[in-house]
Amino acid sequence: MRRTIAALVIAFCVALPRLALGFDVEEEQVFPAPSGAPTAPLRILSTTDTEIFAPLLDAFQADNPDVPIHYTVASTQEVYKALHDEGAAFDLAVSSAMDLQMKLANDGFALSHRSAPTQALPGWARWRDQLFAFAQEPVVMIASARAFDGPLPRTRSDLIRALRDRPEAFDGRIGTYDPNRSGAGYLFATQDARQSDTYWRLSEVMGGLSPRLYDTTGAMIADVQSGKLALAYNVLGSYAEAQLDPDGDARIVAFEDFTHVLLRTALIPRTAPNPDAAGAFVDFLLSGDGQRLIASETGLPPISEAALAADPYLRPIRLDPGLLVFVDPLKRQRFLNEWTAAVVQP
Amino acid sequence: MVNRPHLRPATGGSIRRQLVVQLLIVAAVLSGLLYLSVRGVADTAVETTQDSILGAATIAIAEELRGGEDGVSIDIPYTAFSMLGSIGEDRVFYRILVGGETVTGYPDLALPESPPGSGLDPRFFTTSYDGSEVRAAAVVRSVLVEGRNTEVMVIVAQTRGAKDAIVAQMANRAALLGLGFFALAAVLSVITARSVLNPVQRLAEAVGRRGPDDLRPVERPVPSELAPLVRALNGFIARLSGALSRTETFIAEAAHHIRTPLATLRTQAEIALRKTDDEATRDSLRAMIRAADDSARSAGQLLDHAAVVYRTDQRTEERIDLCQLARDMSDSFGPTADIRDIDLTTDLCAPPVEITADRLLVESALRNLLDNAIKYSLPDGSVAVTVGTDGGRAVIRVLDRGRGLSGARTTQLTGRFRRGTNVADVVGSGLGLTIVREVARAQGGEFRITEREGGGTCAELSLPL
Ligand SMILES: Nc1ncnc2c1ncn2[C@@H]1O[C@H](COP(=O)(O)OP(=O)(O)OP(=O)(O)O)[C@@H](O)[C@H]1O
Ligand SMILES: [Mg+2]
Repeated sequence: MRRTIAALVIAFCVALPRLALGFDVEEEQVFPAPSGAPTAPLRILSTTDTEIFAPLLDAFQADNPDVPIHYTVASTQEVYKALHDEGAAFDLAVSSAMDLQMKLANDGFALSHRSAPTQALPGWARWRDQLFAFAQEPVVMIASARAFDGPLPRTRSDLIRALRDRPEAFDGRIGTYDPNRSGAGYLFATQDARQSDTYWRLSEVMGGLSPRLYDTTGAMIADVQSGKLALAYNVLGSYAEAQLDPDGDARIVAFEDFTHVLLRTALIPRTAPNPDAAGAFVDFLLSGDGQRLIASETGLPPISEAALAADPYLRPIRLDPGLLVFVDPLKRQRFLNEWTAAVVQP
Repeated sequence: MVNRPHLRPATGGSIRRQLVVQLLIVAAVLSGLLYLSVRGVADTAVETTQDSILGAATIAIAEELRGGEDGVSIDIPYTAFSMLGSIGEDRVFYRILVGGETVTGYPDLALPESPPGSGLDPRFFTTSYDGSEVRAAAVVRSVLVEGRNTEVMVIVAQTRGAKDAIVAQMANRAALLGLGFFALAAVLSVITARSVLNPVQRLAEAVGRRGPDDLRPVERPVPSELAPLVRALNGFIARLSGALSRTETFIAEAAHHIRTPLATLRTQAEIALRKTDDEATRDSLRAMIRAADDSARSAGQLLDHAAVVYRTDQRTEERIDLCQLARDMSDSFGPTADIRDIDLTTDLCAPPVEITADRLLVESALRNLLDNAIKYSLPDGSVAVTVGTDGGRAVIRVLDRGRGLSGARTTQLTGRFRRGTNVADVVGSGLGLTIVREVARAQGGEFRITEREGGGTCAELSLPL
């Protein structure tokens, strides 16, 4: 932890020269090589916040003391844009937007990387030796126990019934992602929509209760905790678990009709100046040590077939070309129109 | 008889090697064909599979096309692309054109060379995209937009990595199978070659094992392919034994024809000898009688020899008591021995020694031995005949205290017309021991003649019991 703080301090001191990039960067930080004899840096472009990833970067640098790391955080759309449109020079792209990562790999923007750790990944957590999942996160609902009269809903149909029965309790108190602005929100909504028709019914019902739209999971969780929201639909369970007050009134609900599992993936861009370091970092993320660290230090659930088998309603979003469908601009426009029509009611 | 078992035939290659090589070539060709055909079949099969999935995906998109007032509505179903992931992890590209204008997808994806008809079936083609070979399916649908027919083309393409991997895997398996097949064939062909040639080997052994005078035809069953060889061999044997027996018959007949005039000649010479007192004439008459005796002896021995050779092929085996036979034989020589004052004794062991043999053959052997012993003994000498057994064989010895062999060895004395240097004026033809040797050989026995310690000769004939 102390090293993280030190790194943060250095980040401020170094004051990276803002490159004239064609995409928006939220945060940039340099983790200098601990050995003081730096080699080529490892440039990571990521959608995951620096403080979540820092322990992993520290551990990697403990094994590779000569590698300085440049960690840049951007939104999922911006990560995609940087690589697809700008050809930005990064060694590793880490993103929770599986569809956009899939699109990058499909369109030839990724380098192949084969090693023992990547081969050990289950088939559903890897695509073409180019896309590697290193964490699996259930997409859940956070609900205030008080807002529900009686037991918490266990399926989406239960939820629809509860909302219809007591609209007054939920009006203006429902939060969900705005798929227009959030890549993760778009992925969750599209996957829900393709999984079951219940989603559109639910959207209609929620739309009738003037829902609040958010960009991030964090904000939704905070509002549930504070009582501003009665429920937040489609949030990342891992964030919720880390932030929820165990004695508070907010509960995590993994729906039993189906609960999607998001795979956080990494790929080595075609433009990577230092693909070897990127490969080493991927191997580290997927190694036994890396996965244990991910579980203990970042709060993200590591890749585990057993965890999926234990809860049969968990459905990992598959890394297959189907993901490309909702990336299609026509399809995207069509979906967003439909969604807006259902949820944003005048 | 010329007998050269070591004579090597000139060999021109080995049938076994030729068989093995030919079988191996066939196996190799079959394995190669197997590999190629599995590759071909796998290639078509996997391509058909990929085509049908591509076609299904393309049609799934085309089915969702809708006309309307504000243009064509396109709604790509999730499953259209999702199902493309079912064969493997291949990249997917697509392009949708409305009235020739690309509205979504990858605008640089190639169009089919000839546009697909507006039939329902997709047109498949192979092209390349972004440096990879891709298989593509295209369909055209007419959609009514603002009352006018608009052509919409949907193209879905997929790289062929999985197909190549599957085909390679199947072909490799076929190659392995082919190799296994080849190895099996190699082993089998060696075994086959051996078993095919086994009868030849056995036939050769059977013919090779035969005694030198065994000229019976080959009667063992052989595969039909070998029948011509055996027939030829038997024909050859028949001709050979025919030639031999003709020769023997001719000799026997010749000897017989000579004997009668010789006897007349001798009688006339004796009569003349009695009538004349002139010493010189008597001497030449005596020489004439001697020569007639010599010739008669030769003719007799030739006849005997011919009889022995003939009987060698046509033996009539029976149980013979050797002691009895020796006794009878020495009895028949009694008068001859008496004339020369020779003491002829027999020493026969107590239990009778029985052998299975041709009586005539054994008799003529023993007769010649006794004849020699008496002939080459000095007057007042002694000749003994003993019969015993030794190591599973019956042994007949004829012993004398005569002049010995002057160092000559058995092989030197058993040749045809071979006489020793010790014969002096003893009449003889040199065929006696030849007959004995032939008898020994015909009966599977052995003959040896050696000098005795203390002077004299020991002739020993041993025969299997
Ligand atoms: N018992 C013997 N003692 C000494 N020499 C012998 C005796 N038996 C055979 N031989 C020698 O072996 C030679 C070959 O014997 P063999 O009986 O074949 O011929 P042969 O007696 O001379 O003629 P024939 O054919 O009339 O018997 C004889 O010429 C003689 O030199
Ligand atoms: Mg003799």
